[in-house]
Amino acid sequence: MYDLSCDRVTKAFGKFVAVDQVSLDIPSGSFFSILGPSGCGKTTLMRMIAGFETPSGGDIRIKGESVLSLAPNRRNVKMVFQHLALFPMMNVGENIAYGLQCRGEKKADIPAKVRRVLERVGLPGVEEKQIGQLSGGQKQRIAIARCMVLEPDVLLLDEPLGALDLKLREHMKIELKQLQHQFETTFLYITHDQSEALVMSDRVAVMNAGRFEQIGTPRELYDDPVSGFVAGFVGDANILAGKVAEISGDEVLVNLDGGGGRIAARRSDASAVGDEVEVFVRPEAMRIGEAAARASLTGTVDSLLFNGANSRILVRALNDQLIEVADPGQSGSLAPGATVTLTFEARRARAFARRQG
Amino acid sequence: MGREAGKLSLILLMTPFLLWIGLLIILPQLGIGYVSLREKISYDEFSFGLKNYVDFISEPVYRNTLFRTAWMSILVTILALIVGFPVAYYIAKIARQKSRAALFLMCLIPLWVSDLVRAYGWIVLLRETGVFSSTLVWLGIINTPIEMLYNDITVVMGLVYTVVLFMIVPLTSTLQGMDDALLEAGYNLGGSRFTVFRRIIVPYAMPGIVSGCIITFMLTAGSYLTPVLLGGKNSSWFTEQIYNQFITRYNWEAGATFGVTLLVFTSFVVWLGLKLTGQSLATTVAKD
Ligand SMILES: Nc1ncnc2c1ncn2[C@@H]1O[C@H](COP(=O)(O)OP(=O)(O)OP(=O)(O)O)[C@@H](O)[C@H]1O
Ligand SMILES: [Mg+2]
Repeated sequence: MYDLSCDRVTKAFGKFVAVDQVSLDIPSGSFFSILGPSGCGKTTLMRMIAGFETPSGGDIRIKGESVLSLAPNRRNVKMVFQHLALFPMMNVGENIAYGLQCRGEKKADIPAKVRRVLERVGLPGVEEKQIGQLSGGQKQRIAIARCMVLEPDVLLLDEPLGALDLKLREHMKIELKQLQHQFETTFLYITHDQSEALVMSDRVAVMNAGRFEQIGTPRELYDDPVSGFVAGFVGDANILAGKVAEISGDEVLVNLDGGGGRIAARRSDASAVGDEVEVFVRPEAMRIGEAAARASLTGTVDSLLFNGANSRILVRALNDQLIEVADPGQSGSLAPGATVTLTFEARRARAFARRQG
Repeated sequence: MGREAGKLSLILLMTPFLLWIGLLIILPQLGIGYVSLREKISYDEFSFGLKNYVDFISEPVYRNTLFRTAWMSILVTILALIVGFPVAYYIAKIARQKSRAALFLMCLIPLWVSDLVRAYGWIVLLRETGVFSSTLVWLGIINTPIEMLYNDITVVMGLVYTVVLFMIVPLTSTLQGMDDALLEAGYNLGGSRFTVFRRIIVPYAMPGIVSGCIITFMLTAGSYLTPVLLGGKNSSWFTEQIYNQFITRYNWEAGATFGVTLLVFTSFVVWLGLKLTGQSLATTVAKD
């Protein structure tokens, strides 16, 4: 039994297809994210689930029941809006009580419920405060409390951290995950920030131009991307363009453009000899060391970027491309200008047919 | 130096405003107030006292005209709110961005024609030999021409038409500031259309409603041309009394008394309205 299922949901605005045949199933109590670049149709999909847009095709089911014919105020999915949309004319308590009153809950029960949900989000006793008196993070939690007090089947969150500053965003990431655990409610979280999606989610769908490219756990997306788009969008990667020179088993040898050298990578799609491909290699898969027999990538150290555990060495390859190499040890033994050879295991590099554009 | 410059620019900015307020509003009002306290003893001989006000209160015709004017103005204000709100909501929230400016301009068109011409326009339409009446006769709906002028309904209608714009403008600008997400959140949390209207739209629009109502009420109560032209002799509008005292009877003392009374009474009605609806100027009109 899935809390939320979308079955080939499509939305067209005139000729433009914003959401194209999207299917997903979200098991009860999980944290599901939709990750995609700006304008790929994430908000449109969420608005269809909430009932503010009517799909042009497909079906949406909540707890197994189709909700297409239900008005937005009859669906048991609640939404945290990008700018939160807390009601400025009501204080915190009234904001949270609003949904309970709409549902016709007994007047006497409401204050206790409001008090309990405020305790659960860690803000006890703020009922009387005005919305303007709250900090950004507090508003965030009130917006979640306002939805959670109604015990929805699914909570939709549309880039709720977008309006916060970086520091608070890092903090709220962890907090959101904890809240989801605590409420044991299904969260559908939309973001264009891959680190948010990777850190918080049980499963992530990567969306591009209205379609889902891949659905999987964060680890699957990171280690086994199914397309160049996913490989490039999730996590950092060096993208090396070249032509397939040779295929042996599930490995390809690629001649890099501009005389950058020849590298071995895992063959990930049907690219044949002579096809243009892109090879994706994560910075942490790269080592500075000896050249392998069949493949080598040499260059000179361009600069050392210090960023604690995320430190990088920038290497300028023979074709002038800058390649990022992880440098967690921050060894410091290299100086800019030194000639180095880069190696990586072929199975940790992936060759995909080159994307348009 | 910064503070000196700040002070100077404050003075420069405030001077025209203070001159305007002082010379054109406060001073004439003081003059009117002064005249209203004069009691004529004989030619060019005056004493001071409240006799004019006592006269006003003890004369039921004047009193009733004032109350009638206030009631009708309240009615006009309410009707203007009922008519203006959907229009403002449409312009601010439903119309597409492109057509918004055009719609707004269309609301302003009546203002391009003077009050007087507009009132005569109504007369052309509504009089016994006017367009409406003759059309109805021609269509055979009525047998004899009817007079549609000179009754309260026409006066109220004409007044609503004249002032509704001053309701629409503040309402539109307040509603334009409302994020659509607030409405969607209202529905998402289970609210019906009525709940969303009552608990979200109306409270949000309250500053606009209050300022629109105050402007409309004051304009209506102080209007002269529309009630006199459309209502004729029966209109019994209070401003007509003031005109009569000043111009027809040349009784400036009584005219000034009426003027002050109108100002005080309408201000009192506004104050009462704010009290009864639990609003205050500070939290609505002056908000943000
Ligand atoms: N009402 C509409 N009419 C026409 N086109 C629309 C409408 N709503 C959205 N679109 C288009 O659909 C596409 C997807 O929009 P959507 O808001 O879903 O993107 P998004 O993935 O949420 O992007 P972002 O991360 O920037 O919020 C956009 O190209 C947008 O222009
Ligand atoms: Mg969006």
